[in-house]
Amino acid sequence: MSHGHDEVPPEPETPAGEGNPGGLFTKLRAKAKSPAQLQAELKNTQVWKSIFRHKLDDSARNRSLAVLSSVFLHLHPARVNRDAVRYNFTWGMGGITFYLFVLLTLTGTLLMFYFHPSKGEAYRDIMFLQHDVPFGNLLRNMHRWCAHAMVITTWLHMMRVFMSGSYKPPREFNWNIGVLLLLFTMLLSFTGYLLPDDQLGFWAVTVGTNMARATPVMGHEGPFGPELGFTAFNDVRFALLGGSVVDANALLRAYIWHCIAIPIIASVLLIVHFWRIRKDGAISGPAPVMLASEITD
Amino acid sequence: MDWHQVWELVSLPDNVPIVLLLLMVPFYTWLAFREAGRNDRLIAELERDPDMRKTHHRVPYPWKPGWPKTVHVWPHLLKREFLAAIIVTVVMIVWSICLDAPLEEPANPSLTMNPSKAPWYFLGLQELLVYFDPWIAGVVLPSIILMGLMAIPYIDVNPLGNGYYTWKQRKFAIATFLFGFLVLWVLLVIIGTFIRGPGWLWFNLGETWDHHRVDHQVNYDLHELFGVTGAWQVIAFGAAFVGGFCAIVGGITHLWVVKCMPLMRKRMSLVQYATMLQLWVLMMLVVAKIIARLGFTVKNFLVTPWFNI
Ligand code: HEM
Repeated sequence: MSHGHDEVPPEPETPAGEGNPGGLFTKLRAKAKSPAQLQAELKNTQVWKSIFRHKLDDSARNRSLAVLSSVFLHLHPARVNRDAVRYNFTWGMGGITFYLFVLLTLTGTLLMFYFHPSKGEAYRDIMFLQHDVPFGNLLRNMHRWCAHAMVITTWLHMMRVFMSGSYKPPREFNWNIGVLLLLFTMLLSFTGYLLPDDQLGFWAVTVGTNMARATPVMGHEGPFGPELGFTAFNDVRFALLGGSVVDANALLRAYIWHCIAIPIIASVLLIVHFWRIRKDGAISGPAPVMLASEITD
Repeated sequence: MDWHQVWELVSLPDNVPIVLLLLMVPFYTWLAFREAGRNDRLIAELERDPDMRKTHHRVPYPWKPGWPKTVHVWPHLLKREFLAAIIVTVVMIVWSICLDAPLEEPANPSLTMNPSKAPWYFLGLQELLVYFDPWIAGVVLPSIILMGLMAIPYIDVNPLGNGYYTWKQRKFAIATFLFGFLVLWVLLVIIGTFIRGPGWLWFNLGETWDHHRVDHQVNYDLHELFGVTGAWQVIAFGAAFVGGFCAIVGGITHLWVVKCMPLMRKRMSLVQYATMLQLWVLMMLVVAKIIARLGFTVKNFLVTPWFNI
């Protein structure tokens, strides 16, 4: 009976309010701490101090520490050449390429939850993603277009590094790491192309891997291949596809290269790439121009 | 002009990135040259004025004495990175909402797609299949491209232009690289995407893709044009031609370098110089084969029972 809808709660005898010096509100307010006090206390707790290792007020020291004491940010130095932050120098291209790689890793991981790399199921899973999985179509589109964009930005990044002469000593080795990254970026994209198991991917990968059978010495249609005993069933193309045609084994192999092997290789190369940028004395420029008349050799 | 065909090609979802490429590559080429121009003007001024050399900060951006040469990464670099990340995220989401990734019929080995194309970023290599044996186009040339790229820092001995854009101080290096990238890579990708139709035949942009078109063009090998016959004679002729081509192009390049870029030659060791010449000659050989095929219907220079060049 106490749950009746028509029951009216009793009015409080003295409403707690500003006007009432004995009221609850006033008592609480007297005890309350200012936001600044609260912040100070929070920053004094063991939990806070265990996470954040430096103060936050705006000082040169803290600006540096913000970068240096974060595992994610400390790839950066604390300070950079004042003109290196100009968009016109790097075009942000390396950074954008890396960010696309991160987006691809995130969307790719989510796609893996819905994808079986086997004949029949693969194509069906893509249909499910497009039509049934919430945001599945957006997810698939994001992954696809980020992959294409990453190929383009990698090329453009290479072009900017060339045009600004940033491969010159001491950055020769990092340019080489970059060339490998270029290769693996394109291979990542290529192995992903087969995974929907549709006509587009099937024929693209057929055309692509047909070249492998013409590999000199190791392919059954390449120079000196047949002479060395290579056939369609034991040559390098067979090793790539796990068969003599693009079929279930090729799908599985493409999947493993695409989702496990190449991302690991690329990540390792990226780690070296970024480490090297720091070790080579940070970004190369915009360096002071040199004059031909000042070079003596 | 078949605009419908043009639209079909340009709006094919997987071709949209190449349209993007078509816009971005010229833009960034322009941007690089604009920066180079600024530096080159500064360099010219400094060369003219020895006093300026002693005091100038040598970057074409403003700087006053007392300004620090470096800035804090936080916030000056990180804010730009966060902004770039937001912009890229928005662009990619909008792109993904507006355009669906393609999904064709399920894979069917008995139903050949015509034309069968590799993903667009490999179409430059697929286009090379027109001019070369598959083992050259598909295996040898990509390997040489990668090795050539890797060799660049070790054969470019020019100490100038390290870490700043310039054209005047690096004309040879920049011209060579841009020729390789813009013409032999990007242009071939575009030809492979927009020009090559069914049967990998040449369709000018706007020409209707006729799936029943048969190519009546007859291509000759060079020795046929010269009436050379006999197994060994053909090989000898081809080898002589290719060898002669390399020798002549290499020789001319060598004379050009010695005459116009003596300092470059002087700075290079023999190994560096030989590597550079070799890569240069190979690049010209690719160009020669493309011109011979498209312009003069000549397919192979050298024909052997094992391989052709
Ligand atoms: C997955 C692909 C790649 C990623 C994510 C990446 C990332 C980066 C980033 C973030 C930078 C810092 C400066 C900038 O943003 O421009 C950088 C610099 C550099 N990259 Fe890459 N890169 C990639 C591929 C390449 C390629 C293909 C090359 C060359 C063939 C290359 C050569 C270099 C060099 C030499 C530097 C130092 C530039 C300087 O000091 O000015 N990288 N890279």
